[in-house]
Amino acid sequence: MAKLEIKKGRSSGETIPKILTGGLAFFPMILAAAIFLVLILKVFPLLSLKSLPALIFSAAWQPSRGQFGLWPYILGTIWVTVTAFGLAGPLAILTSIYLAEYAPPGLRRLFQPVLDLLAGLPSVIYGMWGVLVIVPVVGRYLGPIFGIQSSGYCILSAGVVLAVMILPTIISVSVEVLNSVPLALREAAFSLGATRFEVITQVVLKKAFPGIVAASSLGLARAFGETIAVLMVVGNVPVIPHSLFSPAYTLPALLANNYGEMMSIPGYEAVLNLAALLLLLIVLSFSFLARWYLVRISRRSR
Amino acid sequence: MSSKTGINRTTLYRRRKLLDSSFRLITATSALTVLLILLLILTAILHKSLPALTLSIVLKTPGRGYYLGQEGGILNAIVGSLQVALGATMLALLLALPAVVFLHSYLRSKSYLAEAIRFVMDLLWGIPSIVYGAFGFMLMMALGLRASLLAGIITVALVELPILSRAMDETMKLVPQELKEATLGLGANRFQTTTRVVLRQAFPGLVTAVLIALGRGIGDAAAVLFTAGYTDRITTSLLQPVATLPLAIFFQLNSPFPEVQQRAYAAAAILTLLVLLISFISRRLSRRLSQHKVH
Repeated sequence: MAKLEIKKGRSSGETIPKILTGGLAFFPMILAAAIFLVLILKVFPLLSLKSLPALIFSAAWQPSRGQFGLWPYILGTIWVTVTAFGLAGPLAILTSIYLAEYAPPGLRRLFQPVLDLLAGLPSVIYGMWGVLVIVPVVGRYLGPIFGIQSSGYCILSAGVVLAVMILPTIISVSVEVLNSVPLALREAAFSLGATRFEVITQVVLKKAFPGIVAASSLGLARAFGETIAVLMVVGNVPVIPHSLFSPAYTLPALLANNYGEMMSIPGYEAVLNLAALLLLLIVLSFSFLARWYLVRISRRSR
Repeated sequence: MSSKTGINRTTLYRRRKLLDSSFRLITATSALTVLLILLLILTAILHKSLPALTLSIVLKTPGRGYYLGQEGGILNAIVGSLQVALGATMLALLLALPAVVFLHSYLRSKSYLAEAIRFVMDLLWGIPSIVYGAFGFMLMMALGLRASLLAGIITVALVELPILSRAMDETMKLVPQELKEATLGLGANRFQTTTRVVLRQAFPGLVTAVLIALGRGIGDAAAVLFTAGYTDRITTSLLQPVATLPLAIFFQLNSPFPEVQQRAYAAAAILTLLVLLISFISRRLSRRLSQHKVH
C-alpha cells in the first residue's frame, strides 16, 4: 500500500511542472509561426494592388506616388553581403585551418576569447568604427587610387565593416567542423607519407567541405540581416549599384529608417513588411540549410 | 636511369615540403591578421571614445540646448540601457528556463521533439534583430502600447530568448548522465533531478548564458529603434519611452556639433566597457565551470 502511495505522490508531483514547463518549450515554435503569420497578413492587402514580381523587380521607388520597387534595396543588400563575404570568407577559412590543424593549444585558447569578444561587440560600435576609420580611408585614399570620387559612404565600406562582423561566426563554426573530422582519417593519410598540406587539402577539407559551406552560410545570413552598422556607412541611396564605390541602400536599412513612420501613405506599411518578410525568408533559408547540415555532423560525431 | 628518378623524387619531395610550409605560413598570417584587426578596432574605438568620458557627461541628463552642444550628459541612456537589458534578460530567463528544464526533464536528448525544439531555437537565433524590431512594433500596436520601456523590454527579450535558451541548454548537456541516474536512483523524480541537481551543477554555465544574453541585449540597436523610443529624462515607469546607449551613439554621431559628437563617443566608451566587462566575467565563470567538470 505504502509503495502505491509513494508512486502516486511522485507522479502527481510531476504533472504540474510538466505542463507548466512544457507550455514554454513550444514557445519558440509559436513565436516563429507568429512572426511569419503577422508579416504575411500585413503584406496581403498590397498583393491585391500589385503583383509580387512587380514589387520585387521594379527599380522605381517613389512611395508618395505609390511606386514601391524593392529591387535597388535587394541588389544593395546582395552587393554588400557578397563584398563582405569575399573579404571575410577566405581569411576566416584559412584562419580556422590554422587554428584547427597547426596552432599550438595555447594559441588556440588565446584565440577563443578574441573571437567571442569580436562576436559580442555591438553592431553600433562596428558602425562607429566604420564611420571613423573605414569611411575616411575609402573616401580619401582608396577611391583616388582607382580614380573614383567617393564620399566613402559606399558598398565597399559597408562590406569591410560587415566582413569583420562575420569573421567570428565563420571561424568558430569552421573550427568546430574541422575538429569533427576523425583523427583516424588524418593518421591514415600521414602514415601513407602525406605532408600536412596534403592531409589538409586532400583528406580533411574534402571531408569538412560541406560543413565549411554551412559555416559560411551562417556568416552570410548574419551579414544579410545586419542593420545598424551597414546603415551607418552604406550611404542610403536607393539606386542600382554599379561599383564598389557607389552608395547603396539595404533591406534592413530601409526598415530601420522608415518603419513606424509609414502610416500616412497607403501601401507603404505593407511594402515595408514585404521587405521584412523577404529578409526573413532569405536569412532563414541560409541558416536552415546550414543548421540542418551541422545537426547531422554533430549527430555523426557523437 | 635510377639516379635520375632519384633526383626527381628529391625535387618532388622538396616541392611538397615547400608547399607544406608556405601553406602553414599563409594560414598563420591569416590568423595573425584576424588578431590584428580586433586589436586595431578596439584601440581605434577606445582611443577615440575614452577621452570623451568625463564625469559630467556620465552623471548628468541632457539639459537645455543639449543637442546644440550645451549642458548635459548621457545618464538617461546609461540608466535606460540597463533598465531595458536587465528587464529583457529577466523576461527572457522567465521564458527560457522552464523550456530548457522541460527539454532536460521530460525529453530524451536525441528525441525527435527535442531536436525540433533546438532546431527552431537555432533558427530564431538567426533572425535579424531588425525583424524582431518590426514584429515587436506590430505587437506593441496590437497591445495598444506606444514606444516605451515595456515594449523595448519585450522586443529585446525576444531577441535574447533563443541565445539564452540554447546557451543554457548546451551547458546543461555537459552535466554527466551518471549524476542524473544517481539522483533518479535515490527516488527523486525527473523534475527534482533537473531543478535540484542538474541546474545546480550547471549553475556557473547558466550565469554565463545569462551574461551572454545580457551583453547581446545591451548592445542591440535595431530591436529598440521602433519600440523603446528615446527620451532626455530618466525613465521611471514601464509605459514611458526610454533612452538607450546604442541609440544615443546612433543619433548623436552625425551631429554637426563636436560637443554632441563627444557624447556619442562617451556612450560608445561606456557600451564597449560594459560589453568587455560582461565578456570578461563570463569567461572567468566558464573557466570555473570547466574546472568542476566531472568527465
